[in-house]
Parts: sequence; C-alpha cells; structure tokens
Amino acid sequence: MSSNNRKKLLLMGRSGSGKSSMRSIVFSNYSAFDTRRLGATIDVEHSHLRFLGNMTLNLWDCGGQDVFMENYFTKQKDHIFQMVQVLIHVFDVESQEVIKDIEIFTRALKELKKYSPDAKIFVLLHKMDLVQLDKRYELFEIMMKKLQQASAEYGFPHLVGYPTSIWDESLYKAWSQIVCSLIPNIGVHQATLKKLQNTLNAVEIILFERSTFLVICSSNSTNVYTSDNSALKNINNSKNDTIEKNNNGQQLILDPKRFEKISNIMKNFKQSCSKLKCGFKILVLNDNIYVSELSSNMICFMVLKDSNVPHELILENIRKAKQYF
Amino acid sequence: MCSLYSTIQLYIMIFNFTNRSVSLNFSRGGKSSICKVVFHNMQPLDTLYLESTSNPTVEHFSTLIDLAVMELPGQLNYFEPNYDSERLFKSVGALVYVIDSQDEYMSAITNLAMIMEYAYKVNPSINIEVLIHKVDGLSEEFKVDAQRDIMRRTGEELLELGMDGAQVSFYLTSIFDHSIYEAFSRIVQKLIPELSFLENMLDNLTQHSKIEKAFLFDINSKIYVSTDSNPVDVQIYEICAEFVDISIDLHDLYKATANNNKIQDGKALRPRDLKNVSQLENGTILYLRQMIRGLALVAIIRPDGMDMESCLTVTDYNVDNYKKSLEEVWADSKITTSNSFITQS
Repeated sequence: MSSNNRKKLLLMGRSGSGKSSMRSIVFSNYSAFDTRRLGATIDVEHSHLRFLGNMTLNLWDCGGQDVFMENYFTKQKDHIFQMVQVLIHVFDVESQEVIKDIEIFTRALKELKKYSPDAKIFVLLHKMDLVQLDKRYELFEIMMKKLQQASAEYGFPHLVGYPTSIWDESLYKAWSQIVCSLIPNIGVHQATLKKLQNTLNAVEIILFERSTFLVICSSNSTNVYTSDNSALKNINNSKNDTIEKNNNGQQLILDPKRFEKISNIMKNFKQSCSKLKCGFKILVLNDNIYVSELSSNMICFMVLKDSNVPHELILENIRKAKQYF
Repeated sequence: MCSLYSTIQLYIMIFNFTNRSVSLNFSRGGKSSICKVVFHNMQPLDTLYLESTSNPTVEHFSTLIDLAVMELPGQLNYFEPNYDSERLFKSVGALVYVIDSQDEYMSAITNLAMIMEYAYKVNPSINIEVLIHKVDGLSEEFKVDAQRDIMRRTGEELLELGMDGAQVSFYLTSIFDHSIYEAFSRIVQKLIPELSFLENMLDNLTQHSKIEKAFLFDINSKIYVSTDSNPVDVQIYEICAEFVDISIDLHDLYKATANNNKIQDGKALRPRDLKNVSQLENGTILYLRQMIRGLALVAIIRPDGMDMESCLTVTDYNVDNYKKSLEEVWADSKITTSNSFITQS
C-alpha cells in the first residue's frame, strides 16, 4: 500500500491553455480572478499535495512552450513519462492550431504507451466560457470524437473528457472525478455513506475532501466516480441522478451540477473564514442542511428530509459516524 | 398587501458629468455598472459589456424602506427647459454623483457644483453624495491625494456659488471590492428615519447575547441597513456579506426538496425563514436569521468558553424578541411615512 500511495499526475498542454491556473484554483485557493497574475511556467513545476491523509499527489505541471515540449519528447522522455498514473491533457478551445495540439497529444500518448501503459488519460477542453452556450455541446462532441480516435490508435481506448472553465464549477467536476479515480477504497466509503444515509433518513449525503473540497463520493449516485466512465455515460448517469424517488414515490428534482456548486460555495466560505484566521468546523442551515467535518481530511454535507429532528440527535449521529471514516 | 407597503419613495439619483459635445464614450463613469453590481448581483467583470444608458431608468427595491434608484444618462442636459427637473429633484432623497477618478475630473466638479446649486434651491433637504469611483486602478497614496484634491476643489466651487455651508459626503469606491456596498450602505442609512432606533435595538441585542458585531442586511443587495454602534471593520462586513451569499446559494440548491416536504406534511406552503449557523474552529459563531421584508440579521458571536448550544439558545431568544420589535417599529413607521407621501405628491 505504501509505495502505491504516491501518485504521479502529468498536467500537459500547449502554452497558455490554462494548466497552471487550474492547479492554482483547485489546490492553492486562488480565485479565478487571481490567476491573471500567473506567468508562464518554466520547464516542469512539481507540487506535492497531500490528499485524504495518506495519499500524495505529485503534480507535474509541464510548461507548454514549444521549446520545453520538444525537450519532454526527446531528452527527458524517460524522466517525464515513467511511472505515470494519470495524464491530464488540456486543450484550449480557442486555439488556432488544433491539428498541432492533437499532434502533441498523440506524441505524449506514444511515450506513455512505452513507459507507463497503465496510465489513465483525461482530456480537458478548457476555456469553455469563451464559446457561446448553444455551441458548447456540439464543439465538445466533435473534439472528443477526434481525440477518442487518436487515443484509441495508441492503445488507450478509455478516454475521458470534460468541458471546463475556471469561471464556473465545471472545473471542480472534472478534477474531483480525476482525483477520485485514484482513490483505492472508494467502494468502502460509498457503502458506509449509504448506511449513514439510511440511519439519518437523509435526502443525500456528500463526502468532500477537506482542503480542496473536491467531491469524493455521494450516497445517491451509485458509481459516477468509478474510473472507466466515458463522457457519454457520465451524461446519462447524471440524468438518472437528478430524479431520485423518495419513499412516498414523490420525485425530487435536484440540480445535476449541485456537487460542483457546493464545492464552489464551500470553498468561498472557507476563504472568508480564513479572514477570521481560523478554519471551518460546522454549519447548520435551516435545521436541515448540515455540513460538518468527519475526519481530519473529510467533510460531509448532509441534507435531511425532515427539519424537525433535534440538533443533538443529528450531531450525536455525526459523532458516531466519525469512527468509520 | 402591496399597496399597503408602497409608502414613501426615497429616490436615489445617480448621475455623473459628461460634456455633451463629445462622443457618448465619455459618459462611461460607471453608473450602470454600479446599479447592476449592487442591486442585481451582476459580476463586476460582466459590466464591461453594458450599453450606454440613454433614458432615465427607475427601479424599485423593497427593503425596510422602499428604495427607488433612478439612474440618469450622463449625456442629458438637466437645465433644458423641456425637462421636468424641478419635479425630479423635489422627489429625491439623495443624489449620488459619480466622478471617474481615472479620468480628468475638473469639469465634472464644476458640473457637480451647478447641479448642487440647483438641487438645493428646489429641495433643501436633499443629501448630496459623491462617489470617487474606479479607485481600484489607483495606488494607495494616490487615492488619498485624489480625494483631498476633489474635496478641496468642490469646496472652492461651492464657495464661489455662495453655498459654502452645503453638506457633501465623499466616498472612495470600486465595484471590484466591497467599498461600493459600504458606500451605498451609508447612503441608504441616511435616508432611514428610524435609524437611531434600529441602532439602539441592535446595541441592546449585542450586549445581551455575546455578539461581537451585528448587521442588518438587505438580502438582495447586501447593503446593510443598520449595525450596532461598535466601529465597522470592513473585513467583518465582507465576511458577513459573503455569509449571506453562501446561505442563499446553499438554500437554493435544495429548495425543491424542502418545498416538497411541506406539501407532504400538509402544512402551509410559506417558506421557512432562512436560518444559518456556522461554527469555526476557534469557537466563533457566524449567525444568520431572516427578519422582516427581505432583511436578515447577520452576527458574529464569540462564546468565550461557553458551549455553543446554550449560547445559541440565548441568542435565539433575544433575536426572536428583536424580530418582534422590528415588526412593531415597522408597523408604526408605515403610518407616518404614508402621511408624508401624500404631502409630497
């Protein structure tokens, strides 16, 4: 278990596609506005991030200028592409040289095939906010079809892609699914969460990682976050997910983007808490939404069906639940 | 119900100077941006795409007072006889004049003095507020210099017109931080006749509930209508404003489920009053309760070793009382204000 806890993630893409911005927002508490100050990344910038206590993410943010790129594929190729768990390739939707973007992607795949054939591949179509709303889906489909072809040729048939933008919550969605694909015992968490949901008679319980507020799993979706989901399957899944039947057969329509929105909202809240120079502990909204820490690296978000249950009972249940996480 | 509540209209007029002979581009002082950001929750960056306003626009907001914000296009001449400026100036409670601090502002000040002279003649009780706007682009020392310079020049202009006793308030504002909300809070507070009661009531509340600071927020605009008499720390204000945002956003996400339950239980459909309590690691409690008419009380509580539950029980009780008295004050104020409305129109 110990050696496997270090995960190497490659973050690649042409220069200016927004790789460092993403990293800063998700892992360093930058606001989208702050990322303007970031300059170009020189060569490879390493960051070691502790995630869920015992997992370490080694994020290799690879600068995207052609000079560096050329270097990665020639001189440094064994250094860069060895022992890679995940490749995250970022495409700028506004890019003028799409052919060249894809070419670089395939070159990376080629090296990966050689040095770490088990790596998972994710592609992010970034800066989606610059595309008109009605065109976004179409553009995403076209691009994914092309990339799927390219990656299948190099022996990576399960390509997962996400449309992202730093200005909305799509970024959190993409990154939580990427990171969740690395968590080994996700099934255990899922089962415990399901049990907790039944005990508390909750509409929904969502588990978040504490420092990044990425979604780990939720009690309602069965396996949205398992690794080999294609993008299309994901869309179907989230559709099923929106209409949950409660006990009386009534349909509850929940926002399909709620996980990401909560991530976003709670992260904002955490930031405003930091102005008071201390961390967040618990939040109770209208007596039916409880947000509480569950362990030193997890936070749970619970929505109860009934808002008339006394506080003490719920808090006691949360306290009891803590030992399982 | 609605007609009962439509009492006095406290107008805020917002306008700034533009030279009529130059192109419309010069009228971009940022008035529409201010209105959109403060009253419509628009993102500051999106205001770049706003069109130039060509007609006076009036919008109504119901908080504790009925607030109407009138936005005037910069390129109008108010002294043209065909414009009914006299009626306009008579009906407003405050006049907000926006000066673009990143632009040359000499002629804007001259214009301000002229407008003030006219406004005072028509309506001596008018509040004149000057926003020195777009200060986000200026360095710290330059901000102070600009403010001092504008204040001095305005004083000189007014002296020339023989109205050196006129009260003018200046605010340094920018839509990219909370200064614009702060300024508007102060401006709106001047228009509320019951302000001293509200403040006293809040003082009473804070003294008896271990509350460090309490704000009475308008939920939609995040303007605070009143606060206790402790000095306002901008950071604490920001935290409280963000707390309002967070509460509403989270509440909206799961609103559908809450409503369904209400039908199920056979109870009334009236949505529950918003209540949000959050405790931080050092024990500090952020507390939000919905009050009357789109207002919410947001407080920062420091329990000092007392446990959260008992502390909240005391606070809840006190806040309930506070809410009751707010309702009483409001019921009384309806009568007086509707009278003055009749005399005004």
